[in-house]
Amino acid sequence: MRKFDTKVQHLKYKVLREVARQAWNDTLYDNLYEIPKMIVPGKIPTMRCCVYKERAILEERVKIAMGGDKSNPNIIEVIDIACDECPAAGYDVTDSCRGCLAHRCEDACKKDAITFDHNYVAHIDKTKCVECGMCAKVCPYSAITNRKRPCQNACKVKAISINEDNAAKIDDEKCIQCGACVYQCPFGAISDKSYILDVVKMLKSEDNGKEYKTYAIVAPSISSQFKYAKLGQVITGLKALGFHTVIEVALGADMVAQKESAELAEKGFLTSSCCPAFVKYVKQAFPDMAKHISHNLSPMAMLAKYIKDTDTKAKVVFIGPCTAKKAELQLDTVKPYVDSVLTFEELQALFDSKDLEIETMEEGVLDNASYFGRIFARSGGLTDAVAQGIKEQNLDIEFKPCICDGIEECKIALIKKSKDMLDANFIEGMACVGGCIGGAGCLTHGPKTKSDVDKYGEEAMEKSILDAISMLK
Amino acid sequence: MKVVVCIGSSCHIKGSRQVVENLQKLIADENLGDKVELGGTFCMGRCQQSVCVTVDGNFFSVSPDTVKEFFEKEIKAKV
Repeated sequence: MRKFDTKVQHLKYKVLREVARQAWNDTLYDNLYEIPKMIVPGKIPTMRCCVYKERAILEERVKIAMGGDKSNPNIIEVIDIACDECPAAGYDVTDSCRGCLAHRCEDACKKDAITFDHNYVAHIDKTKCVECGMCAKVCPYSAITNRKRPCQNACKVKAISINEDNAAKIDDEKCIQCGACVYQCPFGAISDKSYILDVVKMLKSEDNGKEYKTYAIVAPSISSQFKYAKLGQVITGLKALGFHTVIEVALGADMVAQKESAELAEKGFLTSSCCPAFVKYVKQAFPDMAKHISHNLSPMAMLAKYIKDTDTKAKVVFIGPCTAKKAELQLDTVKPYVDSVLTFEELQALFDSKDLEIETMEEGVLDNASYFGRIFARSGGLTDAVAQGIKEQNLDIEFKPCICDGIEECKIALIKKSKDMLDANFIEGMACVGGCIGGAGCLTHGPKTKSDVDKYGEEAMEKSILDAISMLK
Repeated sequence: MKVVVCIGSSCHIKGSRQVVENLQKLIADENLGDKVELGGTFCMGRCQQSVCVTVDGNFFSVSPDTVKEFFEKEIKAKV
């Protein structure tokens, strides 16, 4: 079974695995300059013009695997020399244009940007085109293409521009760290910085739990990942890495659902606070709406806070599908509770850096949360949980949710709400399409991920939110 | 007196919620709320046994069936 969606992920994984392997062995600084050669041996290039360029880029990847540029607070970084400087000409008519009679493109264009030559072939006037894409949509020959860079296409907050050297450049103010560009760049030229070394160090220094204990808290979307093994084997693998125990962040989600429904009943309107990329988006793009963001911590921070209340020396590592969680970690409100963040990609690298074949291990158990906490992983799950929270607590409010996945949907809902044109009192905002299961740090994304999440939710021992959190008091 | 019940996955499956709820009720019934502090923790590393409980640091293995007896002997009698 495939472990990754793309070869770019696989390459990134190989670097992370090697960096972690050297770190476990205390040989990282001795072998630092050898890592690119370990990954690209010999003289025959397989990715770029020559092995020297491949290795030069790998050096940059090693740096990012080791935490990246410390002077840049953005956890998403461009590797300039890896950027292929893709053409960025916008909408173009290709030679598939047959000079037809219908000229739907002309009718679709609201800006009169389409003209025709003596062969009736369409041309786009760049000074008029606003890149709405309507002409491309209506052309029966698909003759109009968008020569937009994949990174710019992926970035729905328009944080990516092109610098003077023609490479991609991120506006750190606008960037919400959703990781869409990381996942979409076909050359792997944008990457999320890794805290994998911090985690290795944490696990190595705990002295078998005598100094402190390291807790792995796993996001509910894990039920859609590591499909080559059973979830119980992933849990055993985590313990084999040295984690003291593994706890479902879904339990934090249950806690959030309980509080968020009460907060909604009290305030009358809320936007959700679970997705750090959505929260940052609201703050930077709709500052007037920021007061409506739920004051709850995210499920990650909520659970980590609870763990630290029970064990003051605990170290907590969040493992999930999300690059934005790495930015959430830097917030003053979260920093005291969460010590580090890994993506599922990085966890795979960590397993393999220790040569752990999790698919051969015994199955451990993971059962802390309710069905409702577990379905937070997919779009609509938070809303179902808040509805349940209202029901369980007999709250007096008519629940009118608006479920948005993907920044574009979030944007539409926020615009409507700010103009008082949205008949809803709760906006569930998730930056990734499909919710967390669409996160950039997932190993794989597939059509079955949503049903995997629901199925896992149904397996939860606790059927209600109150039951799941009753013992936390 | 500090009573800590494990609410990690293994103990949860073996009924730690029932143990916690029973203890909460027994403590309330006996009016021991100000003398007994009940808390949770995740994993005491003895997952092979029943639900893991400590009383002032001393370890006990308790199940939902034995919680009453445990309460009488180790909590009520000693508080």
